Amino acid sequence: MADLLIELFSEEIPARLQSSAADNLQKLMTNGMVEAGLTYASAAAFHTPRRLTLTVEGLLDASPTVFEERKGPKVDAPEQAIQGFLRGTGLSMDDLEIRDDKKGRVYFAKITKPGRPATEIVSEVLEAIICNFPWPKSMRWGSGSLRWVRPLHSILCLLTSESECEVVAVEIDGIVAGNTTRGHRFMAPDAFIVKSFDDYEAKLKRANVILRAQERSDLIWQDATNQAFALGLEVVADPSLLNEVSGLVEWPVVLLGQIDDEFLGLPSEVLKTSMKEHQKFFSVSNPKSGNIECFVTVANIETVDKGVTILQGNQKVLSARLADAKFFWENDLREAKAGMVGWQASLENVTFHNKLGSQAERIQRITILARELAISVAADPDMVEAAARIVKADLSSDMVYEFPELQGRMGRYYAIEAGMCMDIAIACEEHYSPLGPSDDVPSAPVSIAVALADKLDTLTSFWAINEKPTGSKDPFALRRAALGVIRLILENDLTLPLLSVLGRANKGAGAEDLLVFFQDRMKGYLRDRGIRYDVIDACTAMPGNDDLTLLIKRANALQQVLATDDGENLIQGFKRANNILNQAEAKDGVEYSYGADIKFSESNIEKDLFTALDSAEAKIKATMATQDFTTAMAAMATLRGPIDAFFEAVKINSDSELIRRNRLNLLSRVKKTCLAVADLTKLEG
Amino acid sequence: MDTPKSFQEIIMRLQAYWSENGCAILQPYDMEVGAGTFHPATTLRALGPKPWAAAYVQPSRRPTDGRYGENPNRLQHYYQYQVLIKPSPPNLQDLYLGSLAVIGIDAKLHDIRFVEDDWESPTLGAWGLGWEVWCDGMEVSQFTYFQQVGGHDCRPVSGELTYGLERLAMYVLGIDHVMDMPFNDPSAPTAMKYSDVFKQTEEEYARWNFDVANTDVLLRHFEEAEIECEHILSQAHIDPKMAKKIIMVHPAYDQCIKASHVFNLLDARGVISVTERQAYIGRVRALAKKCADAFVQTAAGTA
Repeated sequence: MADLLIELFSEEIPARLQSSAADNLQKLMTNGMVEAGLTYASAAAFHTPRRLTLTVEGLLDASPTVFEERKGPKVDAPEQAIQGFLRGTGLSMDDLEIRDDKKGRVYFAKITKPGRPATEIVSEVLEAIICNFPWPKSMRWGSGSLRWVRPLHSILCLLTSESECEVVAVEIDGIVAGNTTRGHRFMAPDAFIVKSFDDYEAKLKRANVILRAQERSDLIWQDATNQAFALGLEVVADPSLLNEVSGLVEWPVVLLGQIDDEFLGLPSEVLKTSMKEHQKFFSVSNPKSGNIECFVTVANIETVDKGVTILQGNQKVLSARLADAKFFWENDLREAKAGMVGWQASLENVTFHNKLGSQAERIQRITILARELAISVAADPDMVEAAARIVKADLSSDMVYEFPELQGRMGRYYAIEAGMCMDIAIACEEHYSPLGPSDDVPSAPVSIAVALADKLDTLTSFWAINEKPTGSKDPFALRRAALGVIRLILENDLTLPLLSVLGRANKGAGAEDLLVFFQDRMKGYLRDRGIRYDVIDACTAMPGNDDLTLLIKRANALQQVLATDDGENLIQGFKRANNILNQAEAKDGVEYSYGADIKFSESNIEKDLFTALDSAEAKIKATMATQDFTTAMAAMATLRGPIDAFFEAVKINSDSELIRRNRLNLLSRVKKTCLAVADLTKLEG
Repeated sequence: MDTPKSFQEIIMRLQAYWSENGCAILQPYDMEVGAGTFHPATTLRALGPKPWAAAYVQPSRRPTDGRYGENPNRLQHYYQYQVLIKPSPPNLQDLYLGSLAVIGIDAKLHDIRFVEDDWESPTLGAWGLGWEVWCDGMEVSQFTYFQQVGGHDCRPVSGELTYGLERLAMYVLGIDHVMDMPFNDPSAPTAMKYSDVFKQTEEEYARWNFDVANTDVLLRHFEEAEIECEHILSQAHIDPKMAKKIIMVHPAYDQCIKASHVFNLLDARGVISVTERQAYIGRVRALAKKCADAFVQTAAGTA
């Protein structure tokens, strides 16, 4: 048994690529070795800004010898076939054995594949992996032809067993593998020899490199929260930033600094975004006020002055950045207080899409649509119109130009400064929502109206110019917009027949086609909520299927009743009735749809079905009027007993044609009643 | 190494350092450019197989960044220090760190970091991978391994270093507002600050760039430069008078630079819409690409 240690040492690897690269190194290397017969006990990969490391334990010293027997052609087969077999097996005529087979005498080849030493296999697999590594973006350097994410400087490749420690012979584009690595770029730059993984990790730590990313991020987080705690403050959690920062350092040193007083008046979103995007700083807030007061930066070095110079420098850079932000904020406030007219006007010069005109034209469309939708969402039309006119004004602001991700957020601040009411200010922020499937859905009426109009305009406009999503391509995020509309309608329980709304939004959009797109999204949405796809089909087949709230009520009711014993049996009864009826209608060439009369009943069981239908139909009719599908389905489910009893006791094909027809007409009543809520014929099973 | 005292001392130390490390110290290109990369000593010399090592200061103009000399960090005219070495040497990172040391940045006291930044110039049809180099959280340089220029693969690959001189110098000298930075030695009989040299020009150019530049004239200049560039490159390679091959790449490339700068001026005047923007950039790129195509047929661009 042997242990393998590989380190690929390069110039700084982008933080966002490190972890998947380490995973790939492990996966490709272990797969390659196993394919070559070299099994192992365990493996783990690590990454720092300058190295990808793989350790494999319990590796075979050599791949096992493999014996293989292969059946060849018959002895009297044409010479060509025999020669081909020899070529394929790499043997000569004398090596072949002749055996009796069912079909006659046949050649057999016994092939022995001798095992190969681990060093040979490791060297081969590693060279192939380095030359074809799946970097999302790679580069050449100098005069070489090797591609790596940044210039690759050295390769460490060691096989260690109890008795010895051997460098595996690997050479790629002039880089010869060895048994040395280097420590921290500035704190311990000299090369040193390593003997095993444990030795490697320990020596790296002495040379100011923490190999494990998790260890680095734990250390950063712990130290940051401790320092903040000592000041009565809290670090604002940001896992993605923590992840990134731990990929930028080999020796993390946490430094906490203060934000200059003159910037503390900036909105916390601005402080957070500016510090994170530009400087990769964590925000530190005062839990009493919720304000951001300090920052945490993570340096990659310990200095004799305990980081004082570094912190001063960072503070200075931050002040310059925030001075910019403050300049933008103050400019923007002036414009906001003046009513944002200039911003609205300048949106006339901003192209939304070259076939769809300017942002201003788009806002005009959204405003008209939002006003029309106001009634359906119980919002004040005038307020909705006022909101729609300004919700995108902040796109012209300096702050949003600098930080596009603050769109809407800034709009809210500016609307308040402009003296708008809170509903409008909130709509500025919320009308983009929901962005993703887990995003919160606005519930304020004005926000709902504008959010719907915004998304519906996007959808119908791009539909009208035939820019529909295809396959994985959805450059205008239309699927997201449709899902947003669905969630706005459903989670706010809105009655909004889509077909007419889509037609009103844009006559050229092809509302029918777009509705199908919506229904596909709707299916996904319902599936994610555990609704069976055949239930969705059964409900989509009903009239009024462009009213999504109606659709989901139906689907929920049907799914609920299907989960009960009565429900499931009712479906069976319905299907039986439907089949018999269909066959009879096909055979007789008539439609049995009317006139079942209780007076032709021959038994109480048959009469019971009539009475049960009478009572169920009345209930269904009443409950359907209020769209109470659950009660309707429950009423329907009560038919299960009478239907089952009817099929058990009554023969449809009576000798009397009159009675037969009456019974078929009765089945037709069963069918009609059962189809009141959903098209049960679409159900499976 | 002691700390430099003035802006010019930092420049001179960089010149001396890169001279000692084997670069030809060139002078600025005599045309308006947006960045040191536009100098033909970078753009064109990054092409082809011949080794190259050059360093130079390049005055650079970004009309939209003008703030009338009032913003502490923004200027419409500033200096870049540019180094281009082909093929990129294996110790380029160390060489670069050495250059920071000579201007007084002690790597044991500061936090120097190589942060991912993939460089792309849509106007030059060029891209490369590398980093922005951070010193205590401030970007002090751009470090790029050129992969393509003018649509041509770079073989061998050049290493390009670009230092934003004002920002770097302000940091080294501990200055908060660029205009307060000593230009020459503060103890000189005529001690001059950055403002003594550039405050007035920043105001003048900002006003002209934003409000006065005649956009009709600029639009015409753009078209003329474009036409002239294509005209130059369409000439037969053999000069009839000298009876030898003279491909006029550099004169053509001058027109490309001119078009690029005129575009920047038009942009500052706010007369280019978002959609037109892409089209203009595409037109300049087409010129750059043609120049690159021509350069690789010249003596300097071939083996």
